[in-house]
Amino acid sequence: MSAKHEGTRVGTRRELIPASVPAVRRGDALDVAELPSYAFAHRSLMWWGNAGMMTIEGVAFGFMIVIYFYLRSLSPSWPGVGAPPDLFWGTLNLVIIVVSALPNTLCGNAAVDRDTHKVRLWLTACCILQLALCVVRAFEFTVLNVRWDEGAYGSAVWVLLGFHTFNLVTDFADTLVLTAVMFKEPIEGKRYVDIAENSGYWDFIVITWLPIYAVLYWGARF
Amino acid sequence: MSEALHDVQAPMGPQASALFDLWTIMLIVCALVFVLVMTALILALWRARRGGRGGSLATLPDMARHPRRDSAVRRAVGWATAVSTVMLVGLLFASFLTDRAIARLPLDDAVQIELVAHQFWWEARYDVHDPKLAFFTANELHVPVGRPVLVTLRADDVIHSFWVPSLHGKKDLIPGRVSTFAFRADKSGVYRGQCAEFCGYQHAHMTLFVFADDPADYERWSAAQRDPAVEPTNPVERRGRDLVVGTTCGLCHAIGGTNAQGRRAPDLTHIASRTTIGAGTVANSESSLADWVADPQRLKPGVNMPPHDYNAEDLAAIGAYLASLK
Amino acid sequence: MTTRDDALPATEVGRVDDGAAPRRSSRPKLRDGTDDPRVLKSLEATWTDDRKLIAWLCTNDHKTIGRRIIVTALGFFAAAGVMGGLMRHQLATPNSTLVGPDFYNQLFSMHGTTMMFLFAVPVMQGFALYLVPLMVGTRNTAFPRMSACAYWLYLFGGLLLFGAFATNTGADAGWFSYVPLSGPQYGIGKRPDFWNMLVTYSEATGLMLAVDIATTILKMRAPGMSLRRMPLFAWASLVTSIMIIFAMPMVMLGANLVQFDRMVGTHFFNPAEGGDPLLWQHIFWFFGHPEVYFIFVPALGFISAIIPTFARRPMFGYDAVVLSLIATGFLSFGLWVHHMFATNVPELGKSFFTAMSFMIAIPTALQIFCWIATLWTGRIVIRTPLLFVLGFFFILMIGGLTGIMLGSVPLDLQVHDTFFVVAHLHYVLIGGAVFPMFAAIYYWFPKITGRMLSERLGRWHFWLFFIGMNTTFFPMHILGLHGMTRRVYTYGPETGWSMLNMTATIGQVINDLSMFLFVLNIGWNFFRGERAGDNPWSAPTLEWSVSSPPPPYNFAALPVVSALYPLWAPKRPPTHVRGLSAQIREGLATTVLDAKPDVRYAYPSPTIWPFLAAVGVSIWLVWSIWSVPGFAWGLIAPTIAFIGWYWPSKREALEELEWEKEP
Repeated sequence: MSAKHEGTRVGTRRELIPASVPAVRRGDALDVAELPSYAFAHRSLMWWGNAGMMTIEGVAFGFMIVIYFYLRSLSPSWPGVGAPPDLFWGTLNLVIIVVSALPNTLCGNAAVDRDTHKVRLWLTACCILQLALCVVRAFEFTVLNVRWDEGAYGSAVWVLLGFHTFNLVTDFADTLVLTAVMFKEPIEGKRYVDIAENSGYWDFIVITWLPIYAVLYWGARF
Repeated sequence: MSEALHDVQAPMGPQASALFDLWTIMLIVCALVFVLVMTALILALWRARRGGRGGSLATLPDMARHPRRDSAVRRAVGWATAVSTVMLVGLLFASFLTDRAIARLPLDDAVQIELVAHQFWWEARYDVHDPKLAFFTANELHVPVGRPVLVTLRADDVIHSFWVPSLHGKKDLIPGRVSTFAFRADKSGVYRGQCAEFCGYQHAHMTLFVFADDPADYERWSAAQRDPAVEPTNPVERRGRDLVVGTTCGLCHAIGGTNAQGRRAPDLTHIASRTTIGAGTVANSESSLADWVADPQRLKPGVNMPPHDYNAEDLAAIGAYLASLK
Repeated sequence: MTTRDDALPATEVGRVDDGAAPRRSSRPKLRDGTDDPRVLKSLEATWTDDRKLIAWLCTNDHKTIGRRIIVTALGFFAAAGVMGGLMRHQLATPNSTLVGPDFYNQLFSMHGTTMMFLFAVPVMQGFALYLVPLMVGTRNTAFPRMSACAYWLYLFGGLLLFGAFATNTGADAGWFSYVPLSGPQYGIGKRPDFWNMLVTYSEATGLMLAVDIATTILKMRAPGMSLRRMPLFAWASLVTSIMIIFAMPMVMLGANLVQFDRMVGTHFFNPAEGGDPLLWQHIFWFFGHPEVYFIFVPALGFISAIIPTFARRPMFGYDAVVLSLIATGFLSFGLWVHHMFATNVPELGKSFFTAMSFMIAIPTALQIFCWIATLWTGRIVIRTPLLFVLGFFFILMIGGLTGIMLGSVPLDLQVHDTFFVVAHLHYVLIGGAVFPMFAAIYYWFPKITGRMLSERLGRWHFWLFFIGMNTTFFPMHILGLHGMTRRVYTYGPETGWSMLNMTATIGQVINDLSMFLFVLNIGWNFFRGERAGDNPWSAPTLEWSVSSPPPPYNFAALPVVSALYPLWAPKRPPTHVRGLSAQIREGLATTVLDAKPDVRYAYPSPTIWPFLAAVGVSIWLVWSIWSVPGFAWGLIAPTIAFIGWYWPSKREALEELEWEKEP
């Protein structure tokens, strides 16, 4: 069954944040019956919950980077023994993750349009790319050139990468679940908001990878 | 040792004095602020009762009344906040000045001690820079009155903290970090301190005594500490020495001039010259030494020394030998 | 808000849409805010949880969860109080053998950990969860399932820690668990692992509740409740929630790093391999200092709610108080090194933290002056809540002033890690949090339960606690100055500390007596107390406009607010909202600054999944303590639970579609 909204707006892109429908004054009361029952971006509560989540995770990543540099400041040589991580898999990861932002954004837009078909398409593309990222990430761990128990450097590198990996894998699982759920009718409007928010969270995963990549792969080269 | 002094309010050195002065200033200012604010609060309550202005839950407040009449109150609150800020800035200055004062001890002719904290005892190494002058002791420091003491602080296992309230504030001993600390005792006496950072089972029994001696007494003490261990003078003591040096004791303890050269436990070369054993746990005597050797876990459960199964005669001999090591 | 006055029918029959979605057989739509007598019954039916056990596990009503958190927290308070009592009895006499060193070390560690992680922060969040939706005029919090899960995580974490304690595996390295004592080499058995796990639990709880409360405050306030018309307790909860979001991740991260050191041999804190024990102190105190403000700032909110009611006037200096709350929250992040003055961090850095520690006194002082000004110009009515507030002034001031002393680097070097600090922290926590908490309990008990507490027992409780508290903790200042360090299980008679310790123990017995009276008061009056009306204190905020206890749907019609003190100011139309569904659980999301109605929000229904998710997380965490692969395999359980949680049910989807209106 096709989505119920498709017929009315093929080809037009709705505003992310359309003007609110005002409440109607009726006697002593404000009538809100005509207000929408869901909305996107900061008009949705999910956005705020997501923002809270991103702040928490972002702050934690930030702290982990600070810890990396704190331990480095105490160390006469960094990395202690051994070499910085090999660049190939990490940089491949960087490329794929940046590329993944594209279907992700298209998915988010499709969700705002409530275009079920496009949402399913781009979500599936996201799943494939995210799976590829998980595979690449597994390889990254093999070329770190240090074990987690080889000094503070090894510990910092493994935990920093591990932390981002945990977020990557859980968001991948999230995307998988959302993809499955998008094939389950009937689809209420709120689900599109969830897709849009998940798309925002993936952007967060992409953006946080940039400084972590820089610290992990280049931090020991300077 | 009940005559040992351990009171922030009884300073016996320049730093402790500076800190006591700061304490006094802060106490006066803080007490003043407390009295003023509590007076204002009490007056506020008193006014309500006296003027018949007590309120009632039954009547709703007149909401229009308040903004108009609040300007005098606003000024009062503004002034109170401003005055508080000024006082805080003043205290901040007092704090900074004291901070500088305690860091400026002249260190000429300082006695140099390296203090290593262990679970649950203090290792003191004097003059380690010069092998001819170096000696080791534990849990009791002697320092000359009027001369600065420069202490290097290390920790062997977990974090400890060195604190002798009558002489100075405290400093933590942190594994992997070396810090330094300087103080001076200006009056002779015994000063007590104990480990001030929770370090495990027997953190409560990690006392440190600082004996501030007249310079001549200090020279005598340190010269005696540099001597190797006293030779046993009778068969019982000899038997005791053979047991101590010839068995497992030497794996952890050192006795100067013998084969016992372990550094994992207090140096016993002059054990009998110290006032307590177990870092202040029990008073030092021949019998308490024997009891300790037999079962230290009974006297200080959790200490790192195991019990020993000696018969009564051997134990007495050990006690006699250790008690002879003045 | 417009005044366009279209004529819409009050109820609609069915709904015409573009027909593609399957729809339910049409039933008349019932919306709230009208005089229709069916509305109230329908609201009741929609919002009431069943009375079965399973419903008890599924509920996501903020009032139920808030009550549970408060009761559980008070239970932990009692348990930790008993531990404190045992400690005091051990220390009453020199060389006492009541309790041995190992058990004593577990006692003080468990006492501190329980009080800080399992009582003080949760109880404040519990009150916020209960009160905020009622105060801001909405029907439930923004993420009710998340708060439900947060409660179960809190309960399980606490029970697991106490279970460990019962098997001699309680935390024993102090409530801040310094390394290396809690590290792989010197930590004893699984004790530090349980502590680390408890930290993970309580931070997860705290963060979930914080996000929920903050979102509710920002997005679900009643129309017309602009930020400047928001009650001060809501401001305090907002500031606290934001602080929690920034500070708690740090300690969660840190506890995990210690676990990695212990379980898989990383070297974050091992100086022999490039790690640093001080790193843990930085991590912990970066969280730990703001944490005491998570406890203190909501208490400031209580005070600001209670004083206007009993001074019978609006709060003096609302703007100043709001700015002070925000400043306090912000500055609290800049103080943490004052817990580390005795270490060898650079001296210049330490002086900066002295300056910051002094500075944070200024917004607190400003609030105190505003409160006194309110009392000075008000018409005071003395009731038990106000008594506890007055006790707060006395005790917190002493604690704050000794805090200034501790904030000075040189002076701190003398009193750090002594009983002076123990005195200070109890003065600020008991004065700054526990007294306001009791004030809040006496104040809001009528609202929560519908019954009044006994004034007489309340006053006895107050005076005994006030006297007992000062008797217990004031001598400790002197003990600290006399050289008594913290965390000692005993001391010798030659130290001269016996008399003051005995005095402190006598004080503690008085405290116990006061708590007994409190329990009596609550226990008796919960069942037999005088019935409270809607507004027994004639208070001004919205929670007092509904019945006591509030109906499950909070408000029959959401209020529209036109003043800071809605129940004291004259009512100006519009007065309420109409048009929300009375047949599904619906609330209203409003704009952040001016609270203009924006989006109707369908609350998620009660479900067992948050409970199961907490069980799943427990499986994961406990398994991880015992086995490294458990960290990976254990994740299966919570994964399944979170998927189940999210998985939409057809029935709910259809229900939402029936009421749906697109943006």
